[in-house]
Amino acid sequence: MKISARRLDKITIFDISGDIDLATSPELRKALLHEFRELKTPRVVLNLGAVRYMDSSGVASLVEGLKASRDVGSRFILFGLNKTIREVLQLSKLVKIFEIYENEEQSVAP
Amino acid sequence: MLCVVRNALGELAAKFGFSEQDCRAVVLAVDEALTNIIRHAYLGDSDRPIEASFRRLHLPRDGQSRDALEIVLEDRGARANPKKLCGRALEDVRPGGLGLHFIRESMDTVEFSRRWGRNQLRLVKFLAGTDGPRKAT
Repeated sequence: MKISARRLDKITIFDISGDIDLATSPELRKALLHEFRELKTPRVVLNLGAVRYMDSSGVASLVEGLKASRDVGSRFILFGLNKTIREVLQLSKLVKIFEIYENEEQSVAP
Repeated sequence: MLCVVRNALGELAAKFGFSEQDCRAVVLAVDEALTNIIRHAYLGDSDRPIEASFRRLHLPRDGQSRDALEIVLEDRGARANPKKLCGRALEDVRPGGLGLHFIRESMDTVEFSRRWGRNQLRLVKFLAGTDGPRKAT
């Protein structure tokens, strides 16, 4: 898994690629918690368009990110979900708790 | 190493005849099972041995003999705690505890047992739309 950050005005976009699993999810969790708790970024957007696979530890990292965003009053947005990622979120019954958009334009819209 | 297993298993499931969606389900279930073994039975040590066997079976279902893929995973780690094998309520929105739910949702049969000092997990997935072995004519 690779994470790269693009910082815009009050928005950070994380471009994620590869697999989010037992070995890599701690890195994603750390990046999200740092962004919300330390930097208090008002809106964090996760571009999952290049993620091939995500397991339950990845979902857990997203849930932790969401909780951290709520704690500091920020928004946490996902976009670019492929079939595999959407299935995993639906299987977890957590798809409704996330703010999900189709593309980056919608995700960064005012 | 989990990504290597996932790729190999995806190919195996596809050759077996599963749909793309069912291939993803099999891969997810086995990946979650291996993750649970590493986390709970081996306490995070990913270098310990896990034995996996795969075989095609013909099993009865709905009054017919159906093709199925049986996967058995064995580890030599700590005995699985039965109380932790029941998953958790999904209404409780919190990280963790989803792996077993994913396994149960993805497979048709999920059985845990302890034999000769080993934890054994048996998973079965039926192939959709098959009527079992063809009779020789």
